[in-house]
Amino acid sequence: MSNTLISGPHTLANATVTRTMLWVMIALTPATLWGLYLFGWPAIHLFALTLASALLFEAGCLYLAGKPVRATLFDGSALLTAWLLAMSLPPWAPWWVGVLGSFLAIVVGKQVFGGLGHNLFNPAMVARVALLVSFPLQLTTWVLPAPLFSNGAPGFLEGLAITYGNLAVDGHTGASMLGQVKTDFTTGKLLSEILPQGVDQAALLLGTGLGSLGETSALLILAGGVLLVALGIISWTIPLSMLGAVALLALLFNTLAPEHYPGLDFHLLSGGLMLGAFFIATDMVTSPNTWFGQLLFGAGCGVLVYVIRTWGGYPEGVAFAVLLMNAMTPLIDHYLRPRIFGRDRKGQPLSVKNSSAEGGHA
Amino acid sequence: MKLFGFRGGIHPLERKERTRDLPIEAFPLPERLYVPLQQHVGEAAVALVKAGERVRRGQLLGGSAGRISAPVHSPVDGVVVALGDYASPHPAALPVTTAIIEVDPIQTPWQAPTEDAFALSGDELARRIREAGIVGMGGATFPAAVKLDLARRHRVDTLIINGGECEPYLTCDDRLMRERAGEMLQGVELMLRCLGASRAVIVVEDNKAVALDTLRRLCTQPERIKTVSVPTRYPQGSQKQMIQSVTGLEVPAAGHATDLGVVMHNVATAYAVYDALVNGKPLVSRIVTVGGGAVTRPANLEVPFGTLVSELLAYCGAGEGDYERLLVGGPMMGQWLPHAEVPIIKGSSGIIALSDAETRVAMPQACIRCSRCVSVCPSGLLPLELAKRIKKDDFDAAAELGLSDCIACGSCAYVCPSKIPLVQYFHYGKGELQARKAQSRKLERTAELASAKETRLQQIEREKAEAAARRKAEMAAKQAAEAAAADALAEKG
Repeated sequence: MSNTLISGPHTLANATVTRTMLWVMIALTPATLWGLYLFGWPAIHLFALTLASALLFEAGCLYLAGKPVRATLFDGSALLTAWLLAMSLPPWAPWWVGVLGSFLAIVVGKQVFGGLGHNLFNPAMVARVALLVSFPLQLTTWVLPAPLFSNGAPGFLEGLAITYGNLAVDGHTGASMLGQVKTDFTTGKLLSEILPQGVDQAALLLGTGLGSLGETSALLILAGGVLLVALGIISWTIPLSMLGAVALLALLFNTLAPEHYPGLDFHLLSGGLMLGAFFIATDMVTSPNTWFGQLLFGAGCGVLVYVIRTWGGYPEGVAFAVLLMNAMTPLIDHYLRPRIFGRDRKGQPLSVKNSSAEGGHA
Repeated sequence: MKLFGFRGGIHPLERKERTRDLPIEAFPLPERLYVPLQQHVGEAAVALVKAGERVRRGQLLGGSAGRISAPVHSPVDGVVVALGDYASPHPAALPVTTAIIEVDPIQTPWQAPTEDAFALSGDELARRIREAGIVGMGGATFPAAVKLDLARRHRVDTLIINGGECEPYLTCDDRLMRERAGEMLQGVELMLRCLGASRAVIVVEDNKAVALDTLRRLCTQPERIKTVSVPTRYPQGSQKQMIQSVTGLEVPAAGHATDLGVVMHNVATAYAVYDALVNGKPLVSRIVTVGGGAVTRPANLEVPFGTLVSELLAYCGAGEGDYERLLVGGPMMGQWLPHAEVPIIKGSSGIIALSDAETRVAMPQACIRCSRCVSVCPSGLLPLELAKRIKKDDFDAAAELGLSDCIACGSCAYVCPSKIPLVQYFHYGKGELQARKAQSRKLERTAELASAKETRLQQIEREKAEAAARRKAEMAAKQAAEAAAADALAEKG
């Protein structure tokens, strides 16, 4: 019998931090495997290196901070951060992009703030944005899918050469749809000229288009996201408000000026929006505490994504949008609090006459 | 009847399967009873017996002391062998004045009172309930008479009878409703007459179908005493949440249920009222659920107060080394006990001996701000933020966030994936705030006394000065009179 005086509750739910992280990784697995298959060995090498280096940096930081390494290292958080980062990098990027990204994500984005639970910004997005701004060439070199074991796809050794050996890959590169459309708009072309057959929905849904691991199959990402919502791991608030805001704005502008603003399917299915809505913006540490705060957060992300994509300098705005809204989270949490039982919205005790629970909770 | 929900709450595993179908057993009288004089909220009862004295069943061991207090009666005929400090069923086993009674082998039967309880006036009923030492049997142990007096002053019209029993493992109230519904309903009627109220609502969670059915069948005045079923969810049995479920109204912060025109009592309290007023039996025993994974033969036992927990455990097949954790009450809000040599008292609704498997002890990890605690909190608080501030000893910030509104139900700590002991933080924070309040009251009182002394001293000074001035004036007048007389005399002569 334990002798430590301990307070209730003495019965606890099954949930653990590791279990939460594991479920998110399970939800990501179909899209990841598909992406790794589509982009072949170089992508596999980069993915593995990114995750491994993240674990290394995490272990180093924990050791330096004097925290128990074994217990915290495998709680799943470092792996998940690196996984999401790898999903947002160009699949054939050189090895140092992965390693530097892991460093920025784990050390600068998380451990410097105090470790798990203390960071203000989404670590994967901190790394991605820092890399994008510092190494625009490597971070915007997109390749067409070269499925594993197919003709022309690099083998294991050639993959090593591409990732570690700086082998030239010009023959495989191309522009992402978002990038292409944005560039063409600046030259004054109209939407019907840029995309004569409209958006190739099948390609975007199934992932045979060009992009990062997480940008390819919108359908697989969506399926993973819905699984997480169904399990209660993430709430429906942020994905709904983020996708909804983008959808509303896209619909609005596309209706007003169809030649200059792409429509619903273009925006919802392209780029990292699905990944962002279900896996990145929903990061618990950096999103608000209340469901109404989360709705505001998600809507803000959606608006910023649309604004940056349409009028900003970059073709994809998810990473920036998430970081900007992360900065707003403490403010949202400070001002949007639940109404305390027995008190009004200002915190004063309810007067006896009108203590009816109008609308119950806020 | 229209029902409302309440915010938040959780669905812990019920774990009532092992005891819910076990009928109430009378626990055989032990050789000794250790009856504390503090089994209720408020002032401890004042001892009315001495060591060596022979006591009768139902005799007062301790009398009510102060406004919020209750008397304590002897459950048995016997001899008080000692009256002194003994461990209480508390996490620190705090010593409390206890009467240790050697139990007689033969007990006299209870004498029912001659008057018909149903013919008594409200005042008389209230007086007898107070004298019977009845307190809230749900675990809160607030003196029932004080609550009834408050309700009578506010002319409360609705009596809510709490048959929720939302804690896992506990089935004592369930069995009481199933087996003694008729008597309990009579207790409710007596309470209604005492209050002068016109309706009672018995609220039972829907996982107690047999109890609901029994109550509805046996109730002879369904218009006056209604039985309603509410969805099973923890903490449905909490007073504020149950009132909201039934009326849709929220008890105002720092207010009472009587502000809303309702008063609530537990089903066992209602039964105790019947037992006292109809059978002449003061509050001397209660039904206790002995359960938990470490108990081989769980049971619902009718136990006289003062029975040691170790005797109950031995009766139910759980030895000293068998359990990982021993609790009095339920696993959510129950108290951890350091050992089993403590007595059962008025609020001991259950003794739960948890096995290793049931208490998965885990080291707390960092808060990942998942905010599940926020979504389950019935009080609308932000447990993660409160804990963060209390951890840094920033109690003022925690108070500002609403720490005093926390009902310590444990829903937040239950769902926390990082296994953070949130409720322990809140108890610590509340304790600190309480200590600070006591300190500031002390300072205020000292300041009051000091300023009163100042005023008193100044008054004395003033009076002295006035007296001196008066004497001076008298002296001057006297001298003037003498001078005038001397002048008159001089002129004459």
